[in-house]
Amino acid sequence: MIVLEDVHKSYGKLKILRGCSASVKLGEVVVVCGPSGSGKSTLIKCVNGLVPFEQGSITVDGVSVSDKKTDLPMLRARIGMVFQNFELYPHMTALENVSLAQIHVLKRSRAEADAGSEKLLARVGLGGKLASRPSQLSGGQQQRVSIARALAMDPKAMLFDEPTSALDPEMINEVLEVMQALALEGMTMMVVTHEMGFAQRVADRVLFMDGGEILEDTPKAQFFTDPATERAKQFLTKVLTH
Amino acid sequence: MNYRWNWSILLQEPYTEWLWSGLQWTVAISLVSWAIALSVGLVVGVVRSLPSGILRVIAGVYIDVFRNIPPLVQLFLWYFVLPEIVPETIGLWIKRDLPYPEFVTAVVAIGLFAGSRVAEQVRAGIEAVGNHLMPAALATGLRPLQAFRLVVVPLGLRAIVGPLTSEFLVTVKLSSLSLTIGVLELTAQSRHIENYTFQGLEAFTVATIGYLVIGLCVTGLMRLIDDRVGGAALRRAGS
Ligand SMILES: Nc1ncnc2c1ncn2[C@@H]1O[C@H](COP(=O)(O)OP(=O)(O)O)[C@@H](O)[C@H]1O
Ligand SMILES: [Mg+2]
Repeated sequence: MIVLEDVHKSYGKLKILRGCSASVKLGEVVVVCGPSGSGKSTLIKCVNGLVPFEQGSITVDGVSVSDKKTDLPMLRARIGMVFQNFELYPHMTALENVSLAQIHVLKRSRAEADAGSEKLLARVGLGGKLASRPSQLSGGQQQRVSIARALAMDPKAMLFDEPTSALDPEMINEVLEVMQALALEGMTMMVVTHEMGFAQRVADRVLFMDGGEILEDTPKAQFFTDPATERAKQFLTKVLTH
Repeated sequence: MNYRWNWSILLQEPYTEWLWSGLQWTVAISLVSWAIALSVGLVVGVVRSLPSGILRVIAGVYIDVFRNIPPLVQLFLWYFVLPEIVPETIGLWIKRDLPYPEFVTAVVAIGLFAGSRVAEQVRAGIEAVGNHLMPAALATGLRPLQAFRLVVVPLGLRAIVGPLTSEFLVTVKLSSLSLTIGVLELTAQSRHIENYTFQGLEAFTVATIGYLVIGLCVTGLMRLIDDRVGGAALRRAGS
């Protein structure tokens, strides 16, 4: 579904990604973890072309992200993305947030879009918050609206960039539960997260990044019991004990 | 001080009428130049925020030129210089046939000066508040221009209602410049009364109160709009 081959990315002289290769198969859930600054966000944003890269290739559902002839907006419409800081449109209601791209990208009528949005918001447990603005919602609720917004495009795959890092601890679970339900329904997912509990329950494989490289790409069970690299071991002790 | 206050002068004909008519001209100039400033400023500011293109450069030139020449000089350029440097038929038309030539010149000059400042506010608002949502909007599949039009611009504009209040107030105060080309607005009428009666302080007191009331109306109106669009919250979130 998602195939990355030897992706390189620098900002000026600074090398951020040094040849990353990985793949996420249809229906698979891959968790990406690693220390802060290791390039996880950059990598996941390369997948839907939000961050351009200089070398290597990424294909999603057979379509190349970096090919000039690719209609990037059309490709992005088929890949949902959820950000660390929710990034909801603050001047719109929850319903409008979810409907906007349905109307302007999928060309649905407003009524049709709103009906779809209502269903999705109900599905993430926010059926009663249709008319609320982001500022009136808790972090966990905002993040669930943001998941609904991404799902509204009927995506083939979902990208999550630390979806629970900005949340108060008591709100983390409500978001993880929505994600877990999504995974059980067979959604293809690439999830940057430090929630190792989520990884243990839901992931098929774990990618471990450090210094712009993917140091490990291992099935979940092996990653937690017997990581191949020393750095992954250190990382695990840190996140599992805190 | 030997000044002999005589407030009754204000109630005598024709002075009441002069002040009243001056106030009306001041309001008219302020409103029309503000309308020009807003329309021009919105368009130019939005264009200035586009990622690239010749239009963006033109918008930048307009902002730099009009923001940096003193408004009084601009007024004189429009009024005295423009009719002489345009083709003769147009120049003649401006001088002979343009209705209310002083008024029109004043609102164009003040409007375009204030418009350059509004444009800068619009651009700053879009950059500070709107732009960071660009990636999120693009990620949903919106095309860059759609994301700009549907998310970034509306958000930026909501955030600048507060800062625009001071631009509106500047515009009201600039309306008094138009007396230099002969518009009999509030300040001009006050001087007029002083010349006729030597009771200038009364007249200027009224003018001061007039400006104050207009200013308070403007502030109240803008605050109302800001509350309606939630501008304050957006500015906090953006910073
Ligand atoms: N727009 C940018 N310009 C310059 N450097 C950046 C930019 N975005 C990220 N970086 C740098 O790239 C590195 C990796 O960042 P990021 O991908 O956000 O890491 P992570 O998500 O793993 O914490 C960091 O050192 C960061 O400072
Ligand atoms: Mg990150």
